[in-house]
Amino acid sequence: MLYREAGQFKTSYAADQQLFPIRQDRIGILILLAVVFLVIPGVAGDYWFSAILIPFLIFSLAALGLNILTGYAGQLSLGSAAFMAVGAYAAYNFQLRIDGIPILVSFVCAGLTAAGIGILFGLPSLWIKGFYLAVATLAAQFFIVWCLTKFPWLSNYSSSGVISTQPLIIFGHAFTSPQEKYLLVLTIVAVMALAAKNMVRSSTGRAWMAVRDMDVAASVIGIRLMPVKLLAFAVSSFYCGVAGALYAFCYLGSVEPDGFSLDMSFRILFMIIIGGVGSILGSFLGAAFILLLPVFLDIALPWAARLLGLPFSSATVSHIQVLVFGALIMFFLIVEPHGLARLWQITKEKLRLWPFPH
Amino acid sequence: MQFFLEVLISGLLSGVMYALVALGFVLIYKASGVFNFAQGAMVYLAALSVAGCMEKGAPLWLAIILAFVIMTLFGIATEKFVLRKLVNQPPITLFMATIGLAFFIEGLAPIVFGSEPRALDLGIVDEPIAVILDAWDMVISKFDLVAAGVAALLVTALALFFQYTRTGRALRAVADDHQAALSIGIPLQHIWAIVWGIAGFAALVAGLMWGARNGVQFALTFTALKALPVLIIGGFTSVPGAIAGGLIIGASEKLAEIYLPPVMESMFGGNFGGIEGWFPYVLALFFLLVRPEGLFGEKHIDRV
Amino acid sequence: MSKKTGEVILDLQSISLRFGGVKALTDISFDVREHEIRAIIGPNGAGKSSMLNVINGVYHPQEGVIIFRGQERKRMEPHQAATQGIARTFQNIALFKGMSVLDNIMTGRITRMKASFIEHALWLGRAKREELEHRKKVEEVIDFLEIQHIRRIPVGRLPYGLQKRVELGRALAAEPSMLLLDEPMAGMNVEEKQDMCRFILDVNDQFGTTIVLIEHDMGVVMDISDRVVVLDYGKKIGDGLPDDVKNNEDVITAYLGVSH
Repeated sequence: MLYREAGQFKTSYAADQQLFPIRQDRIGILILLAVVFLVIPGVAGDYWFSAILIPFLIFSLAALGLNILTGYAGQLSLGSAAFMAVGAYAAYNFQLRIDGIPILVSFVCAGLTAAGIGILFGLPSLWIKGFYLAVATLAAQFFIVWCLTKFPWLSNYSSSGVISTQPLIIFGHAFTSPQEKYLLVLTIVAVMALAAKNMVRSSTGRAWMAVRDMDVAASVIGIRLMPVKLLAFAVSSFYCGVAGALYAFCYLGSVEPDGFSLDMSFRILFMIIIGGVGSILGSFLGAAFILLLPVFLDIALPWAARLLGLPFSSATVSHIQVLVFGALIMFFLIVEPHGLARLWQITKEKLRLWPFPH
Repeated sequence: MQFFLEVLISGLLSGVMYALVALGFVLIYKASGVFNFAQGAMVYLAALSVAGCMEKGAPLWLAIILAFVIMTLFGIATEKFVLRKLVNQPPITLFMATIGLAFFIEGLAPIVFGSEPRALDLGIVDEPIAVILDAWDMVISKFDLVAAGVAALLVTALALFFQYTRTGRALRAVADDHQAALSIGIPLQHIWAIVWGIAGFAALVAGLMWGARNGVQFALTFTALKALPVLIIGGFTSVPGAIAGGLIIGASEKLAEIYLPPVMESMFGGNFGGIEGWFPYVLALFFLLVRPEGLFGEKHIDRV
Repeated sequence: MSKKTGEVILDLQSISLRFGGVKALTDISFDVREHEIRAIIGPNGAGKSSMLNVINGVYHPQEGVIIFRGQERKRMEPHQAATQGIARTFQNIALFKGMSVLDNIMTGRITRMKASFIEHALWLGRAKREELEHRKKVEEVIDFLEIQHIRRIPVGRLPYGLQKRVELGRALAAEPSMLLLDEPMAGMNVEEKQDMCRFILDVNDQFGTTIVLIEHDMGVVMDISDRVVVLDYGKKIGDGLPDDVKNNEDVITAYLGVSH
């Protein structure tokens, strides 16, 4: 009885087209925002902020970026981490080379830089699809990381390309504690998630999905494939770029190019597969799942090992992690290709009908 | 000129090794339309199985047979438990499933066989061939030449198999048209199991060669990834294409590795090693500009 | 010729189309007048769909001239045809399977929506206004086609007949001046066919839309079309009023085979 839209009549298309047409959803999202902005900062400890919440938000943003490209526009990319690297290094260089540039402006510029490079590597998508494009994005992955290592100017001549980020000062206030960093990241991610939701529910998003579902039909109804695909690459890379800048500035503080590895790109891909391809919510669910799973295994495996009397080395634990990742990907693709987001949706539909089965 | 030839030849020979990996991709793609990203991981698994069995005291020949059994069983299991459940899904979903499979293998193999890097001794020495060294003063590795010979043998054997055996003909029929093949009574799943077995065998040969050359270690999977640009150049469906693509990638990668960094260093200063990490991919990208369907691939016409 | 039809708006002159060595269309000429229903018929593989693909720019013929609204064109891309007011449906439904009925039909209005992605992202005035305005128009199409009850359902889950109707809806949402329909009634039962016929005639009647139609059901074709072109093996073998075509020797031969 709690989750029911009966009695909520829409009298205008405006009411029908709002972000959350069902009243319970609106209340739910308000409660969620209150919790993440007001309650969590008060109760969570530093470990939670810096080891779990901040990386969770940053990877959600990166997954959101990949989801725009792969989930909505249907262009598979295996190079998300490289675009994060572009964002991280661009933000660092904007801070370093332009005197007095506000940190948020340099984040935006970092996103734009990543978007520009994203368009460049998106060009092949105009004449190739599917696996071919996936291989082309591998070129971006390897080439970008190599460039960041080999052109010392980009890392201000530090050894092996390691950069240490500048202090986070916004309007004269230094963001130093994990709690403050969390709030900063949270605000940026929330705003960008809202913007993404707005894009995908409007004609921009419909054009992406049309290209994804059937490109010939899309062009026949008047969609020009080139700008639509390139826009998807640009927006997606922008999101990954900002995520990369946050990763460097608010999470690690010091990064090296090799940290943005192919493995990281795959993890971001796994986030959207498990979370839900073509779902904003799914990007968050998937990021949480992929980040928490190793934490869970780290605790559960040694315990299980003791229980069974098997000696598990830490190497074995990390191998089991990889194995479980792989197995889960196959499992989700077979059992629920729309991921956790679909499970959530099904739960809501069930709730609407509860207590009746149909 | 002498040096250039030496680089070129060693590049071509290592290209043959890439082609070995690419062959496995092509076989599976042709027969089932699955782009098997896990082929690289299968190479790793095969090499590890051989090394692992030898560590347990098996002689080389037995280890190879055991590894072959492992690869075949693994292939059949993959077909049965993963791919069969994904029939009718879009190809990109299958592709992502094989990425999952790759991770699964990369996690499982070291748990079973141990993860520390190992040498694999096939009894072929990696030394210059004396005759060539004496006559032309060129360093051509004996090992590379043997590997090339093995690859040539494998390709010939596969070609004969496809052309002259009943199963081979069925495989080609399936590759042409699944529905039609089914309708004349070719057991599709049986065929797919065989294909995965053969791809496993190709991975085993590649694993033996690469393992003996660079050691049995995780980095093998990255080497195997190089087969992807090979496929783009050769086309996904062509066995000769895989060979030609392998040769092109092998040769150009070696040449770039030797000749590009000095040029770049004179332009920008600094150190530009490690070009081989990305060069094949970027080359493939430019190749796509000219021939999107690959050297031997078929041109595709969209029907609406 | 019925009174309602107007000037020639589409004139195809000696169109030839080849795929490699295969000749799909050979030297075909015919015209389409404003407001008429023009049918293209012929046996399987006669080149009917190729003909439509030539008209809206999916295929580019090697020879021939296409004159649309007095403008001669050699080569055109599909999205240009769309902006000039040509919409179409496909033989094997080409809907966007992952999207709802409403979103699918909304895509039909995409060429008329001007807001940029930044306005969408920020949900600024114009973006919001446009979404509402076009939603209204789309709801009219939904009412017209009597598919209100399935608005929110992803099209992939709909039965075939309804999908055909949604596809027509997407084409109509563009308010085209010319509508190309590729076998709109294929695979339908009698009732569904009657509905579809009614929609086609209503569109033609109410909005004055010119319709070019491929159809196999001869009864339907003879009933609703003003003029008929007959293709066989990529060549034109007949052109004229339905009754004339029906009695044409070549057409009868093509359909029934030669009797000796």
